[in-house]
Amino acid sequence: MNAKHEPKPRRQRAGRGLLRRGSVIASPYLWLLFFFLVPFVIVLKISVAEVQLAIPPYTPLFDWPEGGSLELFAVGDNYLLLIEDSLYIRAYANSLKIAAISTALALLVGFPIAYAMARAPRAWQATLVMMVILPFWTSFLIRVYAWIGILKNEGMLNGVLRWIGVIDRPLIILNTDIAVYIGIVYSYLPFMVLPLYANLVRMDRSLLEAAADLGCRPAGAFWKITVPLARPGIVAGCFLVFIPAVGEFVIPDLLGGSGTLMIGRILWTEFFSNRDWPVASAVAVILLLVLIVPIVLFQRHQQRQREADA
Amino acid sequence: MSRRPEHAGGEESTAPGGEAAFLRIEGVSKSFGNVTAVDNVSLDIARGEFFALLGPSGCGKTTLLRMLAGFENPSAGALLLDGVDLAALPPYRRPVNMMFQSYALFPHMSVAGNVAFGLRQDRVPRAEIAARVADALALVELSPLARRKPHQLSGGQRQRVALARSLVKRPKLLLLDEPLAALDKKLREQTQFELMAIQQRVGITFVIVTHDQDEAMTVADRIAVMEEGRIAQVDTPSAIYEAPRSRYVAEFIGDVNIFEGRASAVNGGDVLVEQADAPDGLAAPARADGPAAGDAVLLAVRPEKIEIAPEPLPPGTMNAMAGEVTEIAYLGSVSTYRVRLDSGRTVVSTHTNRLRDGGAAIDRGARVHLSWPVEASILLRS
Repeated sequence: MNAKHEPKPRRQRAGRGLLRRGSVIASPYLWLLFFFLVPFVIVLKISVAEVQLAIPPYTPLFDWPEGGSLELFAVGDNYLLLIEDSLYIRAYANSLKIAAISTALALLVGFPIAYAMARAPRAWQATLVMMVILPFWTSFLIRVYAWIGILKNEGMLNGVLRWIGVIDRPLIILNTDIAVYIGIVYSYLPFMVLPLYANLVRMDRSLLEAAADLGCRPAGAFWKITVPLARPGIVAGCFLVFIPAVGEFVIPDLLGGSGTLMIGRILWTEFFSNRDWPVASAVAVILLLVLIVPIVLFQRHQQRQREADA
Repeated sequence: MSRRPEHAGGEESTAPGGEAAFLRIEGVSKSFGNVTAVDNVSLDIARGEFFALLGPSGCGKTTLLRMLAGFENPSAGALLLDGVDLAALPPYRRPVNMMFQSYALFPHMSVAGNVAFGLRQDRVPRAEIAARVADALALVELSPLARRKPHQLSGGQRQRVALARSLVKRPKLLLLDEPLAALDKKLREQTQFELMAIQQRVGITFVIVTHDQDEAMTVADRIAVMEEGRIAQVDTPSAIYEAPRSRYVAEFIGDVNIFEGRASAVNGGDVLVEQADAPDGLAAPARADGPAAGDAVLLAVRPEKIEIAPEPLPPGTMNAMAGEVTEIAYLGSVSTYRVRLDSGRTVVSTHTNRLRDGGAAIDRGARVHLSWPVEASILLRS
């Protein structure tokens, strides 16, 4: 009797194992489906609608008038507007420019920090990593607001500079692009420092000794050994700063001037001030398309890196 | 090059042949905080010599090597290479190259790129770089793999790349930090002979650091045995093995039986030693600083020098002991017998298995008699 029943539980167990494995594999896809694909489809749907004084403030995609048949209602006007009105193209271009310059600055500031952390005594390193993460414990918004207090004409920075006598008239930084760069570099610096640190700390220091032993000066060894080996960290850090910086809204809005044209602000204006949800949605869809190129590049890079490590 | 002269046991710090030292280490010490890693070490190494620094981990041998490479600065003392003070030169200016224990190959460069790196630093013309890299790779038989990256190589191949990279600049001195430690036994033994052949071909002075006594004995012309930052003995491999000066050296190199006794008389060239296990006493050749009658002494005998026989020895035989065989380890070429003496002490005796089934004469549990000639005994400082 026992023998007869034996195969059944085994099959059941196999089935349960498959289910478990399946759910593990499915969970990231489910996540993407609910939190990325579904919202994106909604935004895409709105982007082909027209403005309407109603709730919600846009025309429905499908209409089924009484007695009539199902009607599909979609227009490309919103996308045409983005091309025709140079404001949008300038805003996209300017966003990419600001994000690119900010990324370069973040790398310039972040690399020495990450390098110093990786070279610090082992006992300190956990504390140093903690200190890099620490700002996240305060609201991002509050931290950006704090920069207003530092950068404004009667702010802390100008106060200190005047007090030590470097300047006699306040520097105008707030409400300029410079303030936006400062804000973005400050806010996204941890995203640059952490992947760089993770990379640099793994580097075998005997490689630098070997370079010195073979006649290479320390500065040469930095460019010939450290930087090429840190490349995966540099690439990861740059993408992690660049991608969110392109669509940044809060920083240009709070620190930038009226002339600081960034696509995030345009989006905000269309959505909340003009209440033109369809155009705002079209702006968002195009922004995503613009960012898809660097995102795919980043994913490929990560994939290659994992393969190289394996 | 003459290898393995008879154990001269000469002056500790002079290079053999009376030649002026090529590398002179003078009273070098290195402290890290209050830990002294290297303690007043003086050594003279001759041009073209293959010299080994041997000792357990933490004995300061690697620190000494790193001072020669320039990665550590001596706390005291001087390092002179071919008459030039090394201390004044940073690592990248020293005519010294090092082969690292981890090999430290640059992972982002090909094999050829790794080997060419040092030459590029010296701005050697391109054509010459290509030729010298090709020569170096041919020397270590890696020419077909020149375009591979280090992660595509086996451990043994990586080891060869590291060797080629450290030789290609034709340094005056090549430092090897445990160069074979990462290889498996068979490959390690094979590589030891290759290393010797390469050293003789290029004629560069090699200083190797190792904790493996067999490796040091195989490759080196002379060995410095180190103990807690100091040099315990500097000699040829045969002198280190056959004439160790201290218990530490005798026990570190090979197996040894050590008997504690008391010198009873000095009889011509021999010292007679009273020891409880030997009814008729022990004897050993006297040393220059030999003990006086009545001193406590240590007497060392290598296992392969002890005869083992079932028949009792004639009464009055010196260096004779009796006991019972407790273990026999058959190792193919040799068999090792562990014999428990009547006092409970264990003596090890090794025998070459010259005949097939020749070892069957003595079984475990058998009563045996041990003996060795006077010349086989070594007196040690106690």
